[in-house]
Amino acid sequence: MANPIPLRTADDATSDAIVEVREICKRYGDIEALRGINLDFERGKLTTLLGPSGCGKTTLLKIIAGLVPATSGQIRINGRVVTGPGPERAFVFQDFALMPWATVLRNVAFGLELKGVSQAERHRIARHYINEVGLSGFEEKYPHELSGGMRQRVGIARAFSVNADVLLLDEPFSAVDEQNRRKFQEDLLRLVDKERKTFLFVTHSIEEAVYVSDRIVLLSPRPGRVSQIIEPAIDRSAAPDVIRRDKGYLDVVEEIWQGLRQYAE
Amino acid sequence: MTLSGIRIPMMTSLIFWMLVWEIVGRMDIIFLIPPMTSVIAAGVGLVQTGSWQAATLITLRSFVLGMALAIAIGVPLGVAMGRIKVVDNIFGLWVNMFVSAPLSALVPILMILFGLGETTVFVTVFLFAVWIIVLDARAGVMQVPPSLIEMGRSYGASRFTIFTKIILLSALPEILAGIRIGLIRGVKGVVIGQILVSVIGYGELFELYSRSFDMERFWALTIILFAAAMLLSAAVEHFEKRIEYYAGAR
Ligand SMILES: Nc1ncnc2c1ncn2[C@@H]1O[C@H](COP(=O)(O)OP(=O)(O)OP(=O)(O)O)[C@@H](O)[C@H]1O
Ligand SMILES: [Mg+2]
Repeated sequence: MANPIPLRTADDATSDAIVEVREICKRYGDIEALRGINLDFERGKLTTLLGPSGCGKTTLLKIIAGLVPATSGQIRINGRVVTGPGPERAFVFQDFALMPWATVLRNVAFGLELKGVSQAERHRIARHYINEVGLSGFEEKYPHELSGGMRQRVGIARAFSVNADVLLLDEPFSAVDEQNRRKFQEDLLRLVDKERKTFLFVTHSIEEAVYVSDRIVLLSPRPGRVSQIIEPAIDRSAAPDVIRRDKGYLDVVEEIWQGLRQYAE
Repeated sequence: MTLSGIRIPMMTSLIFWMLVWEIVGRMDIIFLIPPMTSVIAAGVGLVQTGSWQAATLITLRSFVLGMALAIAIGVPLGVAMGRIKVVDNIFGLWVNMFVSAPLSALVPILMILFGLGETTVFVTVFLFAVWIIVLDARAGVMQVPPSLIEMGRSYGASRFTIFTKIILLSALPEILAGIRIGLIRGVKGVVIGQILVSVIGYGELFELYSRSFDMERFWALTIILFAAAMLLSAAVEHFEKRIEYYAGAR
């Protein structure tokens, strides 16, 4: 069921790649964080970046977001070279990045507020996504009144509200306990299905990666390079519990574990 | 406060000490302590005199002007120091030196510079209050989480918008705390300034009452000042509480 595919090179860019990463290198002073990254991300697919801590996953995601400049190389979104943040991309931060002085409603609507959308309109959109992430009734609460998992859903609703084509999520479920994590994964899959957007997702959990991803990019330890690409090809129409016991699913988990194990030793 | 399980209102302690004062006063041990009742009576009489009203007006004017300038200069300077390295390097040493310096020692120099009048008192209030306001505003903008700024950038905010909608609001609790401490220091400044100048406002009255051994009025004036300082502090604290959702987030 799982079929590792060969690494793509810069030349065979497919036409439906919405995000193209070309020869990206990143140095922080003496630290070489990323070396020669080449990747294509297809429209409407969920790709996970997986790799040991410190291998540059956050760095790569922020370079794609235009928040951190690359030392060399190029990012193209819809064929256009990235020079900074843009409305076609939205970022979900690992530490939520919510404004503590603003209500859930204002936080979710903040991306639209910055775009100059009228208050009535942005509140309408924000309420819709607050409902989509399961937070209706919490519109007037402040971030400190919410649990870690709820705060992260505020961050996700904010990213959805601006209607970006590409959503960049940095370990969105790391503050969530195991029971809720599974529920969030299912919620995320439902949203991926419904919103038809391109997702780039960073996680530390192999099971989570296999469960939610169309494609998994394994990065090597610092300096981060693409070491393997795996396409789980799991039938998501089955019930969650069935999927988690599926042989194909378990095989992919094992395969990734073998791939990462060499770094753990 | 509870005593053997019975709740005792906060006022009890105040009433108790006022009673002790009254008894000591009535025993006529030292002329420095007249009975509380006569102090209160003197206070009631005092606030009706033209000299007290004029002195209060002068005191309030010096205080309000000095505080306004301290806030108007202190907050922007602190914010600039927190955001711009060069500004921090230029002013950092001075602010840190002055914030803990015994500023009363400077008042005689101010008297030479600005004369024996309201200007000296006003500058004293400013000097007492401004440094802590600078330092707290600086600390406030320095602790803005970097990810909040990145969030603003990722949603397309301009540098100006990030500054007004994220950095300033995020620093507001520290800025307010600095202003509250600055206000209390400003009260000290106005009293010390006036006493050292001693020809205007409350300083003149204190000077007059202590020289003529008018202890009733002396204490009445002191109590009025203490009460005013506490009320001011409580008012700012009340305002700070209204934005308490910050506190929960930290
Ligand atoms: N601003 C920075 N300055 C200097 N070094 C940095 C900076 N940001 C990241 N690094 C370094 O670059 C490397 C990659 O960091 P990055 O945060 O991208 O890793 P990561 O894969 O996201 O790690 P984790 O799984 O722990 O989140 C790390 O070794 C880190 O120390
Ligand atoms: Mg990271």
